[in-house]
Amino acid sequence: MRHLLSIADFSKAEAISILDTANELARVSDGAVKKLPTLRGRTIVNLFAEDSTRTRISFEAAAKRLSADVINFSAKGSSVSKGESLKDTAMTLQAMGADAVVIRHFASGAAQRLADSQWMSGSVVNAGDGTHEHPSQALLDAFTIRKHLGLGKSDLEGLSVAIVGDVLHSRVARSNILLLSKLGAKVVLVAPPTLLPVGVESWPVSISYDLDSVIPFVDVVMMLRVQQERMTEMYFPNAREYSRYFGLNSDRMKSMKPGAIVMHPGPMNRGLEISAEVADSSRSVITEQVTNGVSVRMAILYVLLTGGALEAGGN
Amino acid sequence: MSAIDLVIKGAQLPDGSTADICIDGEYIVDVSSTYKGQAHTSIDGKGCVILPGLVDLHTHLREPGREDAETVLTGSRAGAKGGFTALSAMANTSPVADTAGVVEQVYRLGQEAGLLDVFPIGAVTQGLKGVTLSEIGAMADSVARVRVFSDDGNCVSDPLVMRRALEYIKKFGGVIAQHAQDPRMTVGSQMNEGEISARLGLKGWPAVAEEAIIARDVLLADHVQSRLHICHLTTAGGVEIIRWAKARGINVTAEVTPHHLLLTDDLASSYDPVYKVNPPLRTESDVHALRQALADGTIDIVATDHAPHPLEAKECEWQEAAFGMVGLETALSIVQMTMVDSGLMSWQQVADRMSHTPALIGGYENQGQRIAKGSYANLVVINPTKLWRVDRDLLLSNSSNTPYHGRELPGFVEHTIFRGKPTLLSGVISGEGGK
Repeated sequence: MRHLLSIADFSKAEAISILDTANELARVSDGAVKKLPTLRGRTIVNLFAEDSTRTRISFEAAAKRLSADVINFSAKGSSVSKGESLKDTAMTLQAMGADAVVIRHFASGAAQRLADSQWMSGSVVNAGDGTHEHPSQALLDAFTIRKHLGLGKSDLEGLSVAIVGDVLHSRVARSNILLLSKLGAKVVLVAPPTLLPVGVESWPVSISYDLDSVIPFVDVVMMLRVQQERMTEMYFPNAREYSRYFGLNSDRMKSMKPGAIVMHPGPMNRGLEISAEVADSSRSVITEQVTNGVSVRMAILYVLLTGGALEAGGN
Repeated sequence: MSAIDLVIKGAQLPDGSTADICIDGEYIVDVSSTYKGQAHTSIDGKGCVILPGLVDLHTHLREPGREDAETVLTGSRAGAKGGFTALSAMANTSPVADTAGVVEQVYRLGQEAGLLDVFPIGAVTQGLKGVTLSEIGAMADSVARVRVFSDDGNCVSDPLVMRRALEYIKKFGGVIAQHAQDPRMTVGSQMNEGEISARLGLKGWPAVAEEAIIARDVLLADHVQSRLHICHLTTAGGVEIIRWAKARGINVTAEVTPHHLLLTDDLASSYDPVYKVNPPLRTESDVHALRQALADGTIDIVATDHAPHPLEAKECEWQEAAFGMVGLETALSIVQMTMVDSGLMSWQQVADRMSHTPALIGGYENQGQRIAKGSYANLVVINPTKLWRVDRDLLLSNSSNTPYHGRELPGFVEHTIFRGKPTLLSGVISGEGGK
């Protein structure tokens, strides 16, 4: 694997191997010295053409724990916002000798454009492109689910996951749908019909407009963030009505299966798609997702830049 | 008998017969089985098909304003290379062609280039804004004699403005060429809305946004008894509406582009903006419906929607890229491939769809004439068995945004004759060579 652009690009075995590698690397993060020398002397650029503090610091922590040199290149105050083209930015990074570029971009497909072009030769890691994909988020979500509900298995066979909310605009949902179904989980999308894309029928999912009928039967409830701008675009009448039908509150949480977990990619709108009680409850694994994010991103950089997975018990 | 200027020997006419075409001055002086007399120039047309010079009803020549993308001259050369003897320059230039001054400038630039007829299209509304009618009468009465009006690039979306425009042009027998795209349904749209857009996370451009405008406008054209032309039809549903309208006797014509006869929305999976075009590439079943409709005459003509853009407008992220593809130099090859080689159409029908009928719709009296004694000698000679590879760096257009780069296409345009003079001989443009 040279790039990480889309979950669609790799096999189930490759996905499991990244998760297993993350498992091994998580032990590093648990130790007193949280650092491996693996990527010493390699340069990783975080190219963020869209704000995302949490994803950037997660990748930054991952790269640093592998001893890579990290350069943060953010749109604010950089040439991207001054109208420099992606091509010129890429050629600049190439000239600086970037071994990998972690790119977050507002345009769907920006990571693939970078990888397919002749503009630079390093590895490209898609850290979220427009409304397309966010593969590292899906991998850390799968990692988290496996840890809690995997029963020692390598995949997610037999589990069912509800993804709730703005699927239409969600790169997290797109990557998760691909990865969870690849790993054998059943996925059900729950959303108002306005927030599901035309063409969703071709996805490997089932669809429901009724959260209450789904909640008692799933092992994972994954809530999606509702962006503020959707409020004014008539996807639903108002925030309160959205919250009433599609928000996860403590009443709804009560009908969840024993052991079922609540996830959210963050940042949360407390009181809108998720209530504070649910977010802070014992079912919530939301802060653990953040912790796991670092291990999974270490695994991604490890696999892309060393060309192999880390065997269990190695190092 | 004195020598004539030019004879094209042994080419196959659209009806399948073979003849020698004798040209003197600007006219065809004879179509004979074998011409025995003298000619200053003789072209061997054996193995080739000869058609009346192609007429494009939808070309973006970008001058004035974006001469870095195309000029009337470079567009004319690309046209001659593709077998065209007439182009229709769309109004979305800068300044917009919404006054007699601008259309006369474009017309004059076409005359100066001298490689084909350039017929300016006038804007329906001032600045293409869709609010106030432009000086339609003044453009019609100008030297450019504008008959086709279009806000192409934008839809005349206000139904009242559209109604008034349709009524007003009846004064001189004009036509409104509508870019059918409901603007509210396509804010920020990037590609066909469907399975592929859902997967790619690119904002959808639904078929209904095209079909709703077509449906409204055929009804308006019927109500005010005027003439409507639908630009670049792309959907199976749009075809059904046009078919229904024609059956009711509504005076509507429609065009399809070569790229919509061949390419589909799955090409967007590469995120390469060379496939980004407006209206967008649709699905396989739309392509099938468009081909059938062109063959059965529901769609009247092929028009290129030649849309040149500078390199930087395409060397970027999909959503930042400009819409459009160049098409003049590949149009005939794509039509041969999709319609003739597939057995859907004869060469006679190609002549109808790419020359006779577009000239009729545009009111271009000296274009699209039958290949017969007394007609203007506007002709194209094509070798249908010769394959050629598209190289974007060798296009005569000022721009290189072709979706066919590297593809091998059938049908090589050997010669183009404009008013008796070769503008393209053995694939080489007259005057200075390639760019």
